[in-house]
Amino acid sequence: MIRLSGLRKTYGSFVAVNGIDLHVPRGELFGFLGPNGAGKTTTLRMIAGILRPSAGHITLGGDDIVTDPMSAKQRLGFIPDRPFVYEKLTGAEFLRFVAGLYGQEGDIVERRIDELLDVFELSLWKDELVESYSHGMRQKLIISSALIHRPEIIVVDEPMVGLDPRAARLLKDLFRQFIERGGTVLMSTHTLEVAQAMCDRVAIIQRGDIVAQGTMDELRNQHDADASLEDLFLKLTGGTAMRELADVLEG
Amino acid sequence: MTLANASLSLVFSPKWMTARARIRQERSGRGTKAVLIGTVGLIFWLVVFGVLYRVLRYFRGVEEIGPLLAGKLLGLVLLAFLSILLLSNIITALSSFFLARDLDLLVSSPVDWLQLYLAKLGETMAHSSWMVALMAVPIFTAYGTIYDGGFLFPLIALSIFLPLLVVPAVIGSAITLILVNVFPARRTRDLLSLVAIAAAGLLVLLFRIVRPEQLARPEGFQNLLDFITLLRTPTSPLLPSEWATQVVMGWLVGPMDPLPILLLWSTAAALVVFGALLHAKLYTAGFTKAQEGAERFVKGWIWKSLDPLFRRLRVAKREFIIKDLKLFFRDTTQWSQLILLGVLLIIYLFNIKALPLFRGEQVPFFLVTIVSFLNLGLAGFVLASIAARFIFPAISLEGRQMWLLRSSPLDLRALLWSKYWIGTVPLLVLALTITIFTNVLLRATPFMMIVGAATITLLTLAIGALALGFGALYPQFETENAAQIPTSFGGLVFMMTTVGLIAAVVVLEAAPVYAYLQAVNQGGRLTFNPRMLASFLGVFALCTAATVIPLRIGLNRMEGFEF
Repeated sequence: MIRLSGLRKTYGSFVAVNGIDLHVPRGELFGFLGPNGAGKTTTLRMIAGILRPSAGHITLGGDDIVTDPMSAKQRLGFIPDRPFVYEKLTGAEFLRFVAGLYGQEGDIVERRIDELLDVFELSLWKDELVESYSHGMRQKLIISSALIHRPEIIVVDEPMVGLDPRAARLLKDLFRQFIERGGTVLMSTHTLEVAQAMCDRVAIIQRGDIVAQGTMDELRNQHDADASLEDLFLKLTGGTAMRELADVLEG
Repeated sequence: MTLANASLSLVFSPKWMTARARIRQERSGRGTKAVLIGTVGLIFWLVVFGVLYRVLRYFRGVEEIGPLLAGKLLGLVLLAFLSILLLSNIITALSSFFLARDLDLLVSSPVDWLQLYLAKLGETMAHSSWMVALMAVPIFTAYGTIYDGGFLFPLIALSIFLPLLVVPAVIGSAITLILVNVFPARRTRDLLSLVAIAAAGLLVLLFRIVRPEQLARPEGFQNLLDFITLLRTPTSPLLPSEWATQVVMGWLVGPMDPLPILLLWSTAAALVVFGALLHAKLYTAGFTKAQEGAERFVKGWIWKSLDPLFRRLRVAKREFIIKDLKLFFRDTTQWSQLILLGVLLIIYLFNIKALPLFRGEQVPFFLVTIVSFLNLGLAGFVLASIAARFIFPAISLEGRQMWLLRSSPLDLRALLWSKYWIGTVPLLVLALTITIFTNVLLRATPFMMIVGAATITLLTLAIGALALGFGALYPQFETENAAQIPTSFGGLVFMMTTVGLIAAVVVLEAAPVYAYLQAVNQGGRLTFNPRMLASFLGVFALCTAATVIPLRIGLNRMEGFEF
């Protein structure tokens, strides 16, 4: 379970996240949508304990990320949008290292590494340095690392970027099974089809504020009964005022 | 404007604008930094100028052979510059021509190959030559001042120095171009960094082992005429450094010959043409090859065999230490620095061995004790430089992976602890080796041996902590090259603080060592008095504080890191 209350992040006078409240219960896949620079990544990085909130609280499974970070982080698997990993470790070594950070070792970890690399079709690359991995392979490795310690909660920033259709499908199935077993997923994405197809509920964030949240049906009822998620998104985030495409293309 | 007509200045403009933006950023709000770096640079210039000024003034006073010696010295300096520049250009060319991030954009744009070549050649030259160019300023100033070069001398110096920068840049880039066509780029980079460091180490080692100080002894010259004849002969008439020397010395002491300056400029121009033709022929193939071939499979069993060593540690600390060791030893640019460290150690011990202490019949006890004591300060400085290179960048190098460390339940104290011991233990082994070996070579007394070993242990623990603390206070998360991190502002502050600590320790211990010397001199036994005890306790307290406080500050700073 993820609970955000009055969560705020400022950089000097710039307000990146403006006191948002959110509750994602166990067994739910929650979509976090918003245009570029709306505050999605900042929120997710605060939930993961990478950024400190300027105000407000974040609890993961009941543990506060600021006052009790060790217990809260033990429950969490974080997947960032940019896959920076140690270039001079092999895939298996990286996963072993991450398991070590969560205090796990031994045969259980070795079995888990094989299992995850197998699922993400990285087994052949297990003993090769990460520097020889493609962007998509790195992304798969990071997803594996987020799952290595069997977290209760997954926070994921733009999960589909760089993944081939097969891996994207695999990830969708994996998240689905994860929540069916009682897990919680908070996912930010730009791909509205993905959000529409996968998420139980979504929130739309605009300039640091949540401007709408609920199930697809709830959002339609609140705004426009026939609208698609894309229409709703554009309406709520002011995206209808688009430039004349012909001007841009023809010069 | 069409891109096909993209001018050289346009291709260059992103670099130029980045440099300008960086200077503007530095100016706004970081005045102290600029003042500090400026002061250190100025002191360095003044020292180089001062030393050379004295040497040249002495040469000027020597009849007949004075100008010859000055010319020979300049020839040697310029030859050394040329060799350093060649090595440095070969390595820099690999990054700027084949691995730089802007290449995808430049190569995919309709930029003329010649413009690309010239822009990248300029970039390579600027990156690899700026330090040598700065170093040359006090050298030429000293020559101009001593030999009254006149107001046109800076122009003469500039006119010979520019082609001296161009020649190694073109040759270095051409060598890299050929190498990349033979080996994959990343493999070439590893190979080159290894060869360059080994060559530099070997050069320094050879230079020290031939003991150039012996040349200054009059008994070395059997025949003055032979010596003068040798001085008159150009060392290497085909090298640009020799032509440059002829121009400078011709201008300063006469007779002025226009041929060498023509040779310099025509050679530089011809080489640029040759380099451009080679680039046109080989670059596309080389660039394609450079995109392939990262290093692949690694042997994990070597690391598995190390596991029992760290078995007793908690899993997070153990994995962290093993990870750091792997990253260090798998990166050629990192571990190859150990070669230089080895060379430094040999030279250090060689210098101590070469000290003329035991020539007389009676062993100069006073001198040995003083050298043994002052050796502590010198060893401390060497250790500080090593810590700046290897421990100071440790936190910065985690920058890109900090998302993982901060989102996992890793206690930052464990991270700091691992980083501290993994850097400090090898440093301590080195420190004790240097101190004990030099004391054995100096035949120091047990008292000095114990004082030396204990002090260097305390100092090393403090230096390791200071390096890590300042590394956390002044992190360079955007710098990927570990070798560049110690030259940052934080590196400078660390070095200055450490030198201050070493000086304080030496001053504090001077009193008990002096008391010891006096006691032995008067034939009595050394008795510990409260003043001596206070000195040693002072050193202990100072080093402990310099260990604990930086680690605490570093930890606090790390807890506040945001990414």
